[in-house]
Amino acid sequence: MKKLKRVFTYLFLSVAAIVSIFPFLWMLVSMTNKSVDVTAGRLIPGTHFIENLKNLLDQTQIGIALWNSFVIAIITTVLTLLIGSLAGYGFEIFRSKGKDIVFNILVLSMMIPFAAIMIPLYRLFGRISADAPLIGLDTLAAAFLPTIITAFFIFFFRQNTKMFARELVEAGRIDGLSEWGIFFRIYMPTMKTTYAAAAIIAFMNSWNNYLWPLVVLQSPNKQTIPLLISNLGAGYTPDYGVIMTAIVIATLPTALVFFLMQRHFVAGMMGSVKG
Amino acid sequence: MSQASSPTHQRTFTQRLRKNYIGWLFIILSVLGISLFYFYPMVQAFLLSLQSGMGSTLEYVGFDNYVRLFNDPTFITALTNTILYLLVQVPLMIVLALVFSVLLNDPTLKFKGFFRTAIFLPAVTSLVAYAVIFKYLFGNDGLVNDFLLSMNIISSPIAWLSDPFWAKITIILAITWRWTGYNMIFYLSALQNVDKSMYEAAKIDGASAMQQFFFITIPLLKPIILFTSIVSTIGTLQLFDEVMNITSGGPGNSTMTISMYIYNLSFEYTPDFGYAATVSYVVLILVVILSFIQFRVAGDRD
Repeated sequence: MKKLKRVFTYLFLSVAAIVSIFPFLWMLVSMTNKSVDVTAGRLIPGTHFIENLKNLLDQTQIGIALWNSFVIAIITTVLTLLIGSLAGYGFEIFRSKGKDIVFNILVLSMMIPFAAIMIPLYRLFGRISADAPLIGLDTLAAAFLPTIITAFFIFFFRQNTKMFARELVEAGRIDGLSEWGIFFRIYMPTMKTTYAAAAIIAFMNSWNNYLWPLVVLQSPNKQTIPLLISNLGAGYTPDYGVIMTAIVIATLPTALVFFLMQRHFVAGMMGSVKG
Repeated sequence: MSQASSPTHQRTFTQRLRKNYIGWLFIILSVLGISLFYFYPMVQAFLLSLQSGMGSTLEYVGFDNYVRLFNDPTFITALTNTILYLLVQVPLMIVLALVFSVLLNDPTLKFKGFFRTAIFLPAVTSLVAYAVIFKYLFGNDGLVNDFLLSMNIISSPIAWLSDPFWAKITIILAITWRWTGYNMIFYLSALQNVDKSMYEAAKIDGASAMQQFFFITIPLLKPIILFTSIVSTIGTLQLFDEVMNITSGGPGNSTMTISMYIYNLSFEYTPDFGYAATVSYVVLILVVILSFIQFRVAGDRD
């Protein structure tokens, strides 16, 4: 009876694992096959990869899209971490009644669904387009500006700051460091793991963001990777081999981040619930 | 008043004031940013919801837009679909994630690391990328139908994307595939903190595995289950990427979600920002009400 249960457990988990992995294997295999073979359901690797990659580079602006996505993701990650950690640190270390009230109000913004503010944001960027063309509609800046300051990261850093030894702040003050010096020279280096975890979340969110870039980025040379893939996928005569190559390229950075930094990755997810 | 004359006291007082002031400098950017990109648009959206008109010519119409909601069949369809996804998909996913995490928490299980990584893997894909993959897998002559046909489970292909019922199923399957492993990781790490002796005591008392699951595991995981269900609820209420890229809301409007309807009202049809803002306020109200209910039903009251 016990043995039977064991067998059933392994069977169940194996099916779940296969279902989870299969789409990945399929896209890797399809990347090396001709479009007709993909439609015919071919499940063994082919020799068409170079051809697919060449077509992808010729027919789409994947290079530009990759560049745009990287620029947006890197700027977003750096600014998100900087601004979020400053605030998380500020709320926890310089705690006061007034700041606690402000904190609770900011946290409420986590409940606001993006769909609810999308239209006013779009109109806001539309209005400033004429005066400030560098951050108006259809600019990379417009795609990341509303995403860099979020209550989630303030909350995240505040939770993690609770574990930061306050004696280090006192020691810094005695050594004559300014409050900013303490933050940049003591807090930041000691909280490396927290920053790593936050960086992973911020990078992935930005890399995969779809709706807001879809709304603000209109010209083809401003496209990000998700927009490019969405357009390819919606085409009437899709070249499956080419699309699969694009999807693999799009998934590569996040998959790499996951496999190289698995520990931080999970820490990042958990950091959002602690406390 | 007299203490103010004491020089040391005065120094610490001004120091405290100064520190408090520096503290505000640390948080000021965030306060401004969230006010500008969240709270200001929130107010604007409300003002917009009281206006009507096409494009940029808007005029105040009071609560007409809110009345219009009740007579708008597309809105009702989008709302029903969204709630249906919520009621079917979130519980399905949470139960599955709980089962996986309990099975994987067994210390005698082999290949645990492999199973855990495999089941979590979907969570690293971008929503658009996996949506496009699912669209192809579930196509009429896609691999899912090929597989089911070859196993003789079905005798003719299922119209996964073009039948109103099956299209909804496809969307639910897709979201479940993407997010189950993600939720599982939360439960797994919570389970690792559970005191093993509780299970041993339960075993001595003759509790079955089922009883242990319902009377020990579930109550202990209640806070994290609450957290994940709120996050999933908010996520599902905003469902957009998958529907847009798998079915585009079709066939007809049978898989349309509220977020997609807002997008269409603003950017696909003749833009009606006022009415779109009204619909978007419905999402906000739903998020607030549902989070509140979940807190009430499952939350600890302390």
